[in-house]
Amino acid sequence: MSHPLRRQRYLIDFTLASLWRRRGKNLGLLGVYGLIVFLLASVMLFSQALRREAGLLLEGAPAVTLQRLLAGRHDLIPGDYLTRIGRLRGVSDQYGRLWGYFFDPAVRANYTLMVPRDREVAQGEVLIGAGIARTRGLGPGDVLSLRSAGGTAFAFRVAEVLAAEAELVSADLMLVGEGDFRTFFGIPAGMYTDLALEVRNPREVRTVAEKLVTLLPDTRPILREEILRTYDALFQWRQGIVFVLLAGSLLAFVIFAWDRASGLSAEERREIGILKAIGWETGDVLRMKFWEGALVSLAAFLLGYLAAYAHVFLADAALFAPVLKGWAVLYPQFRLVPYVDGLQVATLFFFTVFPYTVATLIPIWRAATTDPDAVMRG
Amino acid sequence: MLLSPAILALIGVSAVVSGLLLLAAGFAAHVLRHWDIASGSERQLRLERGTYLISTLVAFAFAAELVSLLLFVYNAEAMATQFVGAMCATGVLNVNAWGWPTLLLKIAAFFGGALWLLLNRLDNQGFDYPLIRLKYGLLLVLLPLVLAEALVQLRYFLGLDPDVITSCCGSLFSPDARGVAAELAGTEPHWALLGLYGSGAAVLVGAALYLRRGCGAPWLAGAAAVAFPVALAGIVSGVALYVYEHPHHHCPFCLLKAGHGLIGYWLYIPLFAATAYGLAVGALAPWRSIPSLGAAVAADTRRYAALALAGFALFYGVATWAILASNLTMGWTWW
Amino acid sequence: MIELCEVTKVFHEGLPNELRAVDGVSLTIAPNRITVLRGPSGSGKTTLLSMIGCLARPTSGRILLHGRNLSGLPERFLTAVRRETFGFTFQRFNLIQGLSVLANVMLPAYPLAPDHGELVARARALLAQFGLKDKEAARVEWLSGGEAQRTAICRALINDPEVLIADEPTANLDSRLSREFMGIMDGLKAAGRTLILTSHDPEVFEADCVDRVVTLHDGAVLDP
Repeated sequence: MSHPLRRQRYLIDFTLASLWRRRGKNLGLLGVYGLIVFLLASVMLFSQALRREAGLLLEGAPAVTLQRLLAGRHDLIPGDYLTRIGRLRGVSDQYGRLWGYFFDPAVRANYTLMVPRDREVAQGEVLIGAGIARTRGLGPGDVLSLRSAGGTAFAFRVAEVLAAEAELVSADLMLVGEGDFRTFFGIPAGMYTDLALEVRNPREVRTVAEKLVTLLPDTRPILREEILRTYDALFQWRQGIVFVLLAGSLLAFVIFAWDRASGLSAEERREIGILKAIGWETGDVLRMKFWEGALVSLAAFLLGYLAAYAHVFLADAALFAPVLKGWAVLYPQFRLVPYVDGLQVATLFFFTVFPYTVATLIPIWRAATTDPDAVMRG
Repeated sequence: MLLSPAILALIGVSAVVSGLLLLAAGFAAHVLRHWDIASGSERQLRLERGTYLISTLVAFAFAAELVSLLLFVYNAEAMATQFVGAMCATGVLNVNAWGWPTLLLKIAAFFGGALWLLLNRLDNQGFDYPLIRLKYGLLLVLLPLVLAEALVQLRYFLGLDPDVITSCCGSLFSPDARGVAAELAGTEPHWALLGLYGSGAAVLVGAALYLRRGCGAPWLAGAAAVAFPVALAGIVSGVALYVYEHPHHHCPFCLLKAGHGLIGYWLYIPLFAATAYGLAVGALAPWRSIPSLGAAVAADTRRYAALALAGFALFYGVATWAILASNLTMGWTWW
Repeated sequence: MIELCEVTKVFHEGLPNELRAVDGVSLTIAPNRITVLRGPSGSGKTTLLSMIGCLARPTSGRILLHGRNLSGLPERFLTAVRRETFGFTFQRFNLIQGLSVLANVMLPAYPLAPDHGELVARARALLAQFGLKDKEAARVEWLSGGEAQRTAICRALINDPEVLIADEPTANLDSRLSREFMGIMDGLKAAGRTLILTSHDPEVFEADCVDRVVTLHDGAVLDP
C-alpha cells in the first residue's frame, strides 16, 4: 500500500475506534441522519416509481386521441370523421373507441366500461377487473346486474376476472361486447366515444394534431406526449412540494449536526489536544474528523436508502401513499417496480450529505485547531 | 418555475458554494494584506490556523461545483419530457435565454475550480505555504465567476416555463439556422475531423514530450486549451454524425442517452478531465524554482501530464471507435 | 544542541490582560544530558518547555535545533520536526481512554504511516523493555500509576526521538515510583538520549543523574 493510502487506513482505524467509544452519541446522530435520508428517499423512490408505471402504461395508449366538443364539453364523435380524416401522412392506424363510466350506487363506485379491440366479448357476458370482483364479491359465472340508461336492469354474466398484474389499469374495468355497450348506454350505431390515431414517428405527432384541428374544427386532439409531460410535471411538483415541506426538518437536522459537532465534550477536546501533542498535525486531526463525518454519512445514507427502498417497494409506501397517490374507493393493489437512477441518488446526496458536511466543517476545524500546549497545562 | 428535487438541489448547492466562497474571500483579502510567514505574532498564528479552515472550505466548494456541472447536464437530459418540442438537453436549455450561459459559466467554473484545487494541493506540499498569496488571489478572481454562475442558473430555473415551446436539437444544430451552434454544425465534417485529430496529435505529443523531457509545459497547456474547443466542435460536426448514423443530427447531448450506449460520458468525462490536467501542468510548472516545492512540482506535473495523456488518448480512441464502428459510410462524399 | 536566543512569548498582545509568560530567555540545552527546569507555577516553565519541544512558536527570539532556526516555521513543518526529534510525557500521563496499551503506544506513529507489522513489533519491543509485555491488550484505565507512567514513556519513544521531554513527571507518583522513574531516565541517558524535565519535586531535581538545573521565575532565568 502506498504511503498516503496507508495513512488514511491508520486514520480510519482510529476513527472507527473513536466512533465506537462514543457509540451512544454517534448512534443517535446516525438515527436522525438516517431518518432524514429515509424520508427524502422514500418520497423520491415512490414518485419516480409511480411516474414510471404511468409512463409504461401510457406506452399502450394511442399517440393521438381525438375528441369531439359540443359547447366546450366532450360529446360523441361520428365514425365518418374517420373518412373525413382520410389518409394523413405519418398516421399508421386510426379507429373509433367505445368506452364510458358507470356509477354503481350499490357500492358507490365508478366503473369504466369498454369495448376491447383485441378480443371478442360474447353478448350478455362481461369481463371484470379485480377491484370490482373484490367489492361486489363476484367470480366467474356470477351475474352482475346494472341499471341501463333506459331504466331497465341489465344482467351481465361474469365470464372472467381480469388478471391481477393488470390491476393498475383494470381494477375498475368492465369489458363488454359492442352490441351490449351500445344498448346499455343508448349510443346509436356509427357514433363513438372518441377516435384514436397511431403515429409512428414522435416528431410528426404535432403536425398531425395541427392538421386534424384544421380538418375537423369541432374536435380537440389529446397527445400522449402531453399526458406524459403533465404526469412528469405533476410528479416532480409533488416531490418538490414534499421536499419544501421537509425543509423544516432538513434545517433542524443541519442545526443538530452543527450543534453536535461543536459540542465537543471536554473529553473529546482533551483527546484532540493529546493527539496534537504527541505528534499529530492539525491536518491529520482534520482528516480524522472528516473521516468520522464521512463514515457516519455513508452509514446513514446506506441505511436510510435501504430502509426507504424496503418501505416503498416491500411495504408499498404505507406512510406516503395517501399524499402522493390520490383518493378513490376502488383502489388498485399493485406492486411498484423498483426504479433507481443516478440522478435520484445524486440529488438525495446533495440534500443530505452535502448540508451535513457543510454544517460540520467549521466546528470540526475549531476542534482540530485547539492549541496542543493547552494539554501541557493539564 | 418547475419545482423538482433536482432543481432545488442545484440551486441549493450553488447558493451554499457562493456563500462559502464569499466567506473565503473575506479571509483571502486578510491573508493578502497581513500574511508574513516569518512572524510569530498572534495575528499570523490566527491566519495560519484559519487557512486550514478556509482552504478546506474552498476545496469543498469547488469539488461541489464540479459535481454540480454533471448533475446539471444529467438533469437537463432527464427533464426533456417536460417541455414541448424538447427531446434532449438541448431543448431544455433553449427554453429561455439563460440556459446556455448557465452551462458555459458552469464549464468555466469547472476549469477554474479544478485549477484551484490542484494549485492548493501543490501548495500544501510546501512547508512554508509558498503559493498562498497566489492561491487566494486566484480565489478572488474566481469568486465573481461563481457568483455569476449561481445567479444565471437561478434566473434560468426561475424562467423554466413548461408552456414555452422550445426548439430541439434538430433545428438548433442544423446548418441553415443562425448562431454559433449552427456555425459549428455547418463546418464540413472533414475539416472538423481534421481539426480534431490535428489538435489531438499536438496535445498527445506535448504530453509525451513533457513526460520524457520535463519541459514544454506551456506547449502542453496551450495545446490542451486549443484541443478542448476543437474537440467539442469535432464532436458536434463530425463524431456525432457517426454515432447517430445520420448526416444531419449534430446534437451534443443526445450522445448521453442510453440509446447510444452512453457514449457521451465516455467522450466528455475523459475530455474534461484531460483538459483540466493539461492546463494544470501549465499552471504548476512555473513554480518549480521555489525551493520548498521543487520536488513536488516535478512529481505532480508528471502525474498530471500522464493523466492528461491517458485522458486524451481515451477520448480520441473512443471517438475513432465510434466513427469506425458506425454504419454510416459517407465514403468519398466527405473526403 | 538546542539553543534559545532571547525567546519571548506574549499572550493577548496589546490587550489589557497582556501576559509575558516567557521574557527574553537565552539558554543552551546540551545533548545527552538531563536538564531540569525548576520553578513555581506561573514561572513560565511549561510555556518554555512547549516552545523547546516545538509545540508552540515564540512571539520573538530564535530557537535553533542543531543550528537550524525553527521559530519561523509554520505548524506543519514544526510538527514534522517534533515527531522526529521529540517525545513527550505529561503530568497526567494523558493516555487515550478506551484504547489498549498497545494502541496508545502506536498512536504517535500513525501520521507517518509506517508498515503496520513493523510498527507493532517496535511497540512490543518497547513494552517488553519497560516490563509491560503482558499488559499490551489491557485498557489504560485499568493500569496502576507506575504502569501508566511507563506506558506514556513507551509512547514517547515509539518514533525513536533524540530528546525526551517530561512535564512534571512525578506529580502523580509516590516516592518509590519517583525514584524508579529517575532510574529510567538515567537508563535513557545512558542509551544516548537527551532529557528535559520540569518539576518542583526534590526527588527529581536533586537526583544524582541530573546534570543541570535551570531555575525560572516570572518568565526569566534566575541562574544560567
